[in-house]
Amino acid sequence: MDRMMTLWNSVPDFVHSLVFILAVTIVLIISVALLTLWERKLIGWMQLRKGPNRVTIFGLLPGVGQPFADVIKLLIKEVIIPAKSNKVLFRIAPAIALIPAFATWAVMPIAPDFAIAKIDAGLLYVLSLTSVGVYGVIIAGWASNSKYAFLGAMRSAAQIVAYEIAMGFALVGVLMVAGSLNLGTIVAKQQGAFLAWNWFWLFPLFVVYFISGVAETNRAPFDVAEGESEIVAGFHVEYSGIAFALFFLAEYANMILVAGLTSVFFMGGWLSPLNGYLADDNALFHIPVLGQLLNNGLHWFLLKTFFFLCVFLWLRATFPRYRYDQIMRLGWKILIPVTLVWIAVEGLMVYFKIGPWSV
Amino acid sequence: MLVQILFYAFSAMLIASAFGVITARNPVHSALCLVLSFFTSAALWLLIEAEFLAIVLVLVYVGAVMVLFLFVVMMLDINVEEVRKGFTRYAWLGWLTVLAIVFEILGVVAVRRLGIDATQAPRPLASDYSNTGALGEVLYTRYVYPFELAAVLLLVAIVAAIVLTMRHRKGLKVQDIGKQVATRAQDRVRVLKIPAEKRE
Repeated sequence: MDRMMTLWNSVPDFVHSLVFILAVTIVLIISVALLTLWERKLIGWMQLRKGPNRVTIFGLLPGVGQPFADVIKLLIKEVIIPAKSNKVLFRIAPAIALIPAFATWAVMPIAPDFAIAKIDAGLLYVLSLTSVGVYGVIIAGWASNSKYAFLGAMRSAAQIVAYEIAMGFALVGVLMVAGSLNLGTIVAKQQGAFLAWNWFWLFPLFVVYFISGVAETNRAPFDVAEGESEIVAGFHVEYSGIAFALFFLAEYANMILVAGLTSVFFMGGWLSPLNGYLADDNALFHIPVLGQLLNNGLHWFLLKTFFFLCVFLWLRATFPRYRYDQIMRLGWKILIPVTLVWIAVEGLMVYFKIGPWSV
Repeated sequence: MLVQILFYAFSAMLIASAFGVITARNPVHSALCLVLSFFTSAALWLLIEAEFLAIVLVLVYVGAVMVLFLFVVMMLDINVEEVRKGFTRYAWLGWLTVLAIVFEILGVVAVRRLGIDATQAPRPLASDYSNTGALGEVLYTRYVYPFELAAVLLLVAIVAAIVLTMRHRKGLKVQDIGKQVATRAQDRVRVLKIPAEKRE
């Protein structure tokens, strides 16, 4: 163990970064695979079905083999490129959709005092990269040279521009609390009990952020860019095989990202809910394994992210798809005014030292 | 060394994509080239440690402005032949603009003559220096009035754009969402009890 540590410390910094990047990417890809399974299982249970239960791994765990079987199927399928499409753009569109979803994890404060890149303008970096992701959808829709795909791209562009504003305003509230754009500082500033986390004092912004996040990832009930019942499959209707799988991967990676960001911005990221109630040197924290679990750590971040992912799936199992004009109405006329009002309220709270500013 | 390699790589990409903007025949390709040139200039700004500006360039121009641009350009049905008709007629105007721009660029590049080399190159700042914080401090103290004025100007522009484009057509049917939400089942559905009839 000691020799491992000395070896680890002796290699240059960029090797550390490379190892972390690889680890995060691989974990993300595997989580996406398992998330697709969990989605089908959970929605199945909610609708009194069983969900996928045929493909097993070595005869155990019915259904767990399903995502891997799907991946193999998609990998060996032919990728059909439409004759009159724009070949170059058609090929790079899935990559453009996928890269921002992974690149944003660079600034994610996964565990206490840890992020691959602790940059000061982290929140802006997150916002700018998530807005780049829409290019994948737009370019895919346009390059396919198909009416359905194009309609999907247009819908998605208008929707993302609309909800990005609400999302940005909701995050203005967060950075007013933290006084910093650094995601690690944002988590650290929420130090305290369960009610000290941002969700309590910024509840309207929390709700707006999560709704905008759902809209931004093109998930149900805001998935009009795909809209099977209206425009077949929207922007990825012409994609097949692994090119389609990349869009799928991007969508799920974005879901995990938004769930993770919600937990960082509003639910205290890696902070433990016991953190404010017990003193730092409480005897409970010194119990060998249990103490570690009760204390701050990576597992709390994962747990919160998992919770928000389940909410994503729950929404999908519950709500019918929004009508397009109502999506626009919700974004522009309800969510944006709500955020503006709450930012003003927050300004007053800062001035009169109420809530998290009282200390 | 690495910084220099990166600088030349990004500069080459920037120049190539800027050429692409004006030479591409398809307007969508032009717009995408413009996106790429914004991206590469953001990378160049990162190299001179202007992180905040670089990220904001991507956020504002790539993430918002160019999406709207593409949105419009993709919907246009441009007849390229039609556009080219006036090409030679207005060529003199184009050349004039080119000359002006070349002159301006020369003015910037040849500025050594004016004695700017007397000033030193900016010193690299400490790694914990946050230019986001520094920018915020200056914006809200020294330049607070120009900053607020710019904000008000932008707001006026938004309001003006909406007012100019908003038209009220007569006889337009609009849904009143509040009314729709407030309706109850009793208002819409009448449950009748119809006695069963005997079959002949």
